[in-house]
Amino acid sequence: MEFSGTKRRKIVQHAAFTVIRAAVYINVCALIVFLAFIAVQGISAISWEFLTQAPRRSMTEGGIWPCIVGTVYLSIGSIAVAFPLGVGTAIYLNEYAGSGRWVRIVRMGIVNLAGVPSVVYGLFGLAFFVIWLKMGVSILAGSLTLGAFILPLVIGSSEEALRAVPQANREASLALGATRWQTIYRVVFPEALPGMITGLILGMSRAAGETAPIMFTAAVFFSREMPSSIFDEVMAMPYHIYVLATAGTEIEKTRPLQYGTALTLMALVLGMNLAAILIRNRLQKKRL
Amino acid sequence: MGAKRRAKELLIHIFFLVVGASGIIVLTLILLFLIMEGLPVFDTVSVRAFLFGTMWYPTHYPPDFGILALIAGSASVVVLSSLLAIPLGIGSAIYLAEIAHPKVRAVIKPTIELIEGLPTVVIGFFGMIVVAPFLQETFGLTTGLNLFNASVMLAFMAVPTIASISEDAIYGVPAHMKEGSMALGATHWETIARVILPASLTGISTAVILGISRAIGETMVVLMVAGGAAIIPESIFDPVRPMPANIAAEMGNAPFRSDHYHALFAIGLVLFVFTFVFNMIAAHLAQKHKQVGAASL
Repeated sequence: MEFSGTKRRKIVQHAAFTVIRAAVYINVCALIVFLAFIAVQGISAISWEFLTQAPRRSMTEGGIWPCIVGTVYLSIGSIAVAFPLGVGTAIYLNEYAGSGRWVRIVRMGIVNLAGVPSVVYGLFGLAFFVIWLKMGVSILAGSLTLGAFILPLVIGSSEEALRAVPQANREASLALGATRWQTIYRVVFPEALPGMITGLILGMSRAAGETAPIMFTAAVFFSREMPSSIFDEVMAMPYHIYVLATAGTEIEKTRPLQYGTALTLMALVLGMNLAAILIRNRLQKKRL
Repeated sequence: MGAKRRAKELLIHIFFLVVGASGIIVLTLILLFLIMEGLPVFDTVSVRAFLFGTMWYPTHYPPDFGILALIAGSASVVVLSSLLAIPLGIGSAIYLAEIAHPKVRAVIKPTIELIEGLPTVVIGFFGMIVVAPFLQETFGLTTGLNLFNASVMLAFMAVPTIASISEDAIYGVPAHMKEGSMALGATHWETIARVILPASLTGISTAVILGISRAIGETMVVLMVAGGAAIIPESIFDPVRPMPANIAAEMGNAPFRSDHYHALFAIGLVLFVFTFVFNMIAAHLAQKHKQVGAASL
């Protein structure tokens, strides 16, 4: 009797683990199908001309060079906004602030900022930067909107980097007579910098892949000229995919362009993410 | 000299205090502008008619600004995608934390983080050109762009979030609890089901709520694959028009400061309130029972 009970429990365990494995296989298969499809379809569309030329014949031929440039500008612009603010906030939270009421409010604010839907950032950017501050639809307005969007991510990873610096380093520096700021500037910051770079890369990658925040603030279907200042509007890869796939008059004819743009964008975004993960893993290994 | 040095330190402290407020300032500005641009719509339509009206015809004359069908669209994709994503996400988390060989875990864990960064426009694109025709043929539908398709794509997007935060929570359960259970003769599965999962429940709840919150706000996927019909769905294969999709689709055509423009900001405000509530619940859970890693927010 006892024996059969044990056996039954083993069978239950076997069944449960089978179900769990199935869940994992479903995920892995979905991912492989997704990546393989985009890669296979995309590779045949990508050529040197595709990457380096402007669209032609009302975007049914030619390449995506202006979109690549626009995405790179927006990505750099947004991190230029978010990185200083994010690192500064992290330094405040981790090095200066205690655990008072104000700090709890600040943390609550950051958690909620991270949850604001991307399209709401788009609305905010439109009302505040584009209209109220009269920036117009521009690289500047788009970078500020995307900068606000990636701020919580940059704060999070910078704080993680600061937390990883051993408390003993700070205490040793303070004991030697250095001030709080000297300790942060000369001891804590250099140690935390590589970890912060992870956040910088992740932030840029996130900004490069987003569509909704730039739809009303920076991106246009088509622009004849390359942008010459931060007050110009731009083409961008995510928006380009969306427009070609949904709004074009010749959706079927531009399919190769859509695949090519999708693969280029994925390669850029996943490449940056991979770099960030590799840097972080190396840092973790060094510490152990 | 000492006084000068102290003054400099104080200035630097104040500088960081100000910079540190940037997050809360941005959040306040977002709320402020949503209210400023959204509330004027209630001069033309009552709050009740706005929230519970089933007709959304913003460009008709006279226009109808009832968003119940849009709320129903959002709610239906979120519920259906949660039904798909929660079991898959938690299952993957259990597998990674408890069952997988450490070497497998070392490969899959970063892969999951990598997927979290996939551009959502590409996920929507895939839903449009691969999943939609497949659904249309398999089930003989008039359109493959519908509630079910959007939910599947949202689930694909939410699984990594749920899995990676749940995995942190499960992995963070102290080893002695697991060892105690096994020593009492429980099988590995019994230990997982009766000891480890209850112990990590708050972390898992945080993961699920954050996953759902992301799904509510996700724009590109529902814009491209949900079908775009502002109706209250009756079947899982009906096209729907969730709130973010509606804002993204119409903002470009709404004349500046028109009733339509204000109505779209008011929808943004409704979305903001929804996600705010979900995030507060998640933050509250996470704080009540502090977990390690990402689950601690």
